[in-house]
Amino acid sequence: MTAPETAATGPRPDSSGALLAVENLVRYFTVARAGLFGRRQTVKAVDDISFSIRKGEVLGIVGESGCGKSSVAKAILNIHPPASGSVRFRETELTKLSLPDWRAMRRKIQYVFQDPLNSLDPRIRILDQVIEPLTIHGIGSRRARTDKAIAILEAVGLSQVHHKKFPHELSGGQQQRVVLARALVLEPEIIICDEPISALDVSIQAQVVQLLQKLRKEFGLTILFISHDLSIVRFLCDRVAVMYLGRIVELADTSALFDQPQHPYTKALISAIPIPVPGARSDRILLDGEPPSPINLPAGCRFNPRCGIAVPLCRQSEPALLGAGAHVTACHLAHGGTA
Amino acid sequence: MLRVSNLTVSFGPPGERIPIVQGVDFQLERGRILGIVGESGSGKSVTCLALMKLLGKTATVGGTAELDGENLLALDEPAMVKARGHKIAMIFQDPAAALNPVRSIGWQLGEAIGLNRSNGVPQSGEGARDRAIQLLRDVGMPDPERRLKEYPHQLSGGMNQRALIAMMLARSPKLLIADEPTTALDVTIQAQILRLLLDLRERLSMTIMLISHDLGVIAETCDQVAVMYCGRIVEMGSASELFARPRHPYTVGLLNSRPRIDQQISTLKPIEGVVPSPYALPPGCAFAPRCSRSVSACKVAAPPLDERGAGHRVACFNPAEAAA
Repeated sequence: MTAPETAATGPRPDSSGALLAVENLVRYFTVARAGLFGRRQTVKAVDDISFSIRKGEVLGIVGESGCGKSSVAKAILNIHPPASGSVRFRETELTKLSLPDWRAMRRKIQYVFQDPLNSLDPRIRILDQVIEPLTIHGIGSRRARTDKAIAILEAVGLSQVHHKKFPHELSGGQQQRVVLARALVLEPEIIICDEPISALDVSIQAQVVQLLQKLRKEFGLTILFISHDLSIVRFLCDRVAVMYLGRIVELADTSALFDQPQHPYTKALISAIPIPVPGARSDRILLDGEPPSPINLPAGCRFNPRCGIAVPLCRQSEPALLGAGAHVTACHLAHGGTA
Repeated sequence: MLRVSNLTVSFGPPGERIPIVQGVDFQLERGRILGIVGESGSGKSVTCLALMKLLGKTATVGGTAELDGENLLALDEPAMVKARGHKIAMIFQDPAAALNPVRSIGWQLGEAIGLNRSNGVPQSGEGARDRAIQLLRDVGMPDPERRLKEYPHQLSGGMNQRALIAMMLARSPKLLIADEPTTALDVTIQAQILRLLLDLRERLSMTIMLISHDLGVIAETCDQVAVMYCGRIVEMGSASELFARPRHPYTVGLLNSRPRIDQQISTLKPIEGVVPSPYALPPGCAFAPRCSRSVSACKVAAPPLDERGAGHRVACFNPAEAAA
């Protein structure tokens, strides 16, 4: 719970005691020029983003396609090196790491992708898949590596009957368990999960989400959970950041975000999620139009062309992410301000 | 009105046919929306493709599907070509794959308009252009004049889906089959497209079959719901009845598997195990191996879809209690 106005915890972003602190992260992509003499255009995929994750915390990043949530993860991991900004992991500045140092660092920060089958080597048996990361990082003896892999497979719910199978012989849910085992076997301090359950069926999603929750308790995992599925995020995450067109528009504790959303985009997004109760959503906020192209961002607040409550100020200046305590919002109107 | 009786679909050569859809029965009044919900492999898409007669030669289709008294399944291919679009139309999950990538939206709409020789609309020239713009306006396409010249890759997923719906409307079908029409779209766009489907039903009394894996989408949009598992309808009823009093353990399990945006819960109750392969269906009820309520009868024979009050039909020997 957040206590507005009273629980101010120092300047934002509050990165004291953070395991991972992202500050003013920027990642632009250059796209092909429009025509032979056209100007090179820039997509502002991640545009000045700051947040931090405490140890043992699950932070969700939500938003619609193209909002930059995956680009944030890839910038953190240097898969797409950030253009500017800082990513600090404990005392280490990740943006300044050399490639060999990065290889060692990836043991501590693991990544789980959406499509499990593409994350696994089709020619390697399951047990060997899980031993492989240990071999790459030179951890333990051969015997110890095998024992460890067997133990972690057990923890994700795969028994000896699966050890000799190939990835294609497993179901999607089982494949994602193997991917999680591969990440966890290195005992990482953070795992970044990018839409880890989107490719799975509903009943299997629940199994994997429940597994994540169990592993989190068992291993004290810190997770950056990227998803477009707000229902799952509400269930799994401690805090949630909502992204729109490359910016965080709202960041709060999960209960505060879902019970008292402040940003009009967050409100519309929550309202757009269907619930299995006929007639329950008659008060839906229906957004007009679609997100503008991240190449030609509107002036002022990026959300203003679709916003139902925009005032002239919203078309002139871009709101900063402000707020009291742990609940911050980038909206001119969320803090009692009028134009 | 659509009346589907004992629809069965199997694949493979004679003697080794694998049943994919078994004994599907339902009726749908004009202007109503039927939701079919189920996971991958439940047979929901195959059911729809069977009605469209789009399954190809490896499929064996049995049963009847009468649309206003005419059995679609008995039509020969030339008659079916006429029926498609005019009587029964389908939109798909990936609109970009259903559109022609090298033709403009205007050209493709013109093609659909030109095929319709019944409504007196000119099939080419200015009249057809006006009709195309009108259709795009009807489906809420922003800036319709400009869209005529654009190609599918220039439009967003939501706009492509609107373009497909406009092409479908050009031939005013009686029955629209929408197979996961919003699954590839963002939630705010999904809300817009679902609103559009409800609007079409309202304005044109269109009959719609909506396929989805998302119980929320089904609950909000449909009048009637059929839950499918391994090729059979396991539960069916009005949306209000089925979601208020789910009886089949699979329906209950599906509802318990999803956290809800409007509730803070601490544990999920997933359905254990996985959907069996159609090559190795268990004897009796296909859900029995995953079911917490299964009794010995479940392993012997598949339970019939019995009436359990007020149009609510459940295929289960030991259904969950009807909660108040």
